[in-house]
Amino acid sequence: MKEKVISNQSLPSTAEPIQRLVQELNKLPGIGPKNAQRLAYYLLRAPEEQTQLLAETIASIKQQTTLCPICFNVTDTDHCLICRNPERDQTKVCIVEQPQDILALEHTRIYKGLYHVLHGAISPTEGIGANDIRITELLERLKNNLVAEVILATNTNLEGEQTALYLNHLISPLDIKLTRLAQGLPFGTELEYADDITITRAFEGRQGF
Amino acid sequence: MSRPRTYQTEAIIIKKIKLGEADRILTLYTPILGKIQAVAKGIRRPKSKLAGHLELLTHSTVSFARGRNLDTIIGSQTIDSFLPLKSDLSLTAYALYTTELINQFTAEYIENRPLFQLLLETLHQLCLTDNRELLLRHFELHLFKEIGYRPQLRECVVCRQPLQPVLNYFSSDTGGMLCPDCRLTQTIVYPLSVDALKVLRWLQDNDFITISRLKIEPKLSHELERVSRNYIKYLLEREVKSVAWLDSLKQSTQLI
Repeated sequence: MKEKVISNQSLPSTAEPIQRLVQELNKLPGIGPKNAQRLAYYLLRAPEEQTQLLAETIASIKQQTTLCPICFNVTDTDHCLICRNPERDQTKVCIVEQPQDILALEHTRIYKGLYHVLHGAISPTEGIGANDIRITELLERLKNNLVAEVILATNTNLEGEQTALYLNHLISPLDIKLTRLAQGLPFGTELEYADDITITRAFEGRQGF
Repeated sequence: MSRPRTYQTEAIIIKKIKLGEADRILTLYTPILGKIQAVAKGIRRPKSKLAGHLELLTHSTVSFARGRNLDTIIGSQTIDSFLPLKSDLSLTAYALYTTELINQFTAEYIENRPLFQLLLETLHQLCLTDNRELLLRHFELHLFKEIGYRPQLRECVVCRQPLQPVLNYFSSDTGGMLCPDCRLTQTIVYPLSVDALKVLRWLQDNDFITISRLKIEPKLSHELERVSRNYIKYLLEREVKSVAWLDSLKQSTQLI
């Protein structure tokens, strides 16, 4: 990823601490120089408790969180809430690319099993291979014979597909049921605009009505 | 006369990077404009109308609106999504290798229709042939030709004498073959067997349909791969990233 070019010339007469804050905010994704400037001046005028709280909160996400040693979700305790919950189905593991994906899946409350976060997807052109994401840890985890089903919930783009195909190649010899989330037409869209692959998969995965 | 505000072209999507909340910057290879970059807005949302038509390794008709900096993609329709290619792990790896080479070896806005045709044809053939390694070598040799690095395989690049059917040497620095007498003029040379040289010439002079009948031994295939990769590395002055993945896949599929 290219470093953002941050020009100092646009702020020749600003106090140095503000300029530093603008530069730091500018590094955040989706925040351009003008946005950064607006946020910096907002924080300058905001009550001190608010800025203090923000600073502490930002510091705490690094200091007080770690990755769950089982599923590699982000957690503030030794094991994450999902892995600790005895009511979750221990025989199912759903594989996702990033912790945010768990939030999306949990929001539906339809899945009661466990997760495994890969922290990325295989992307040959960016030089990300199988050893750069948490695949080895997954295979270790599957060795304990507790898991009966692995659900692949990687993204449906090329990298996610590659990762799913690669995991299929590794997991299929293990005698574990392997499933992939269904692919097809998203809710609330029009068929007219759907692409060939989506329509092909939607036909292949059609179900009795 | 001012340029029209929108334009349309066919294109193969060869690279994508994330931008902002749900956008991407795509790199596309087109027949007339050569390599171009454009913003695809909202493409990472599940309901994006464009996403499926603008995935990597897709041949699409794409419409653009001119922007101040980058142009924006306003419409897209798939011509060929190369589904067999995307459903096979190693095929995807081969295809990504070809698009990475195109991306590395080309500059923006330089028309090269034969190169576009070569890429398109190679992606089509990948879906059809089992002779993948040979197809890759064919792609590489013709890529060299289209970008002006066609290696000299007929005569020695130093003494200009026709090569004899003995063990000759390939030199990346001079972009061609050296006869046994001249090989010491270059510091880094790779020995190339008579058979390998014959295959390279055959690949250089023919289209893939003619070549696809050829069956070669793994050892010979390996020799060709090594020479070609060294030449690519020399020309680019860096590693091709997707090679590592391609190799690890080849290894792991051999093991199982």
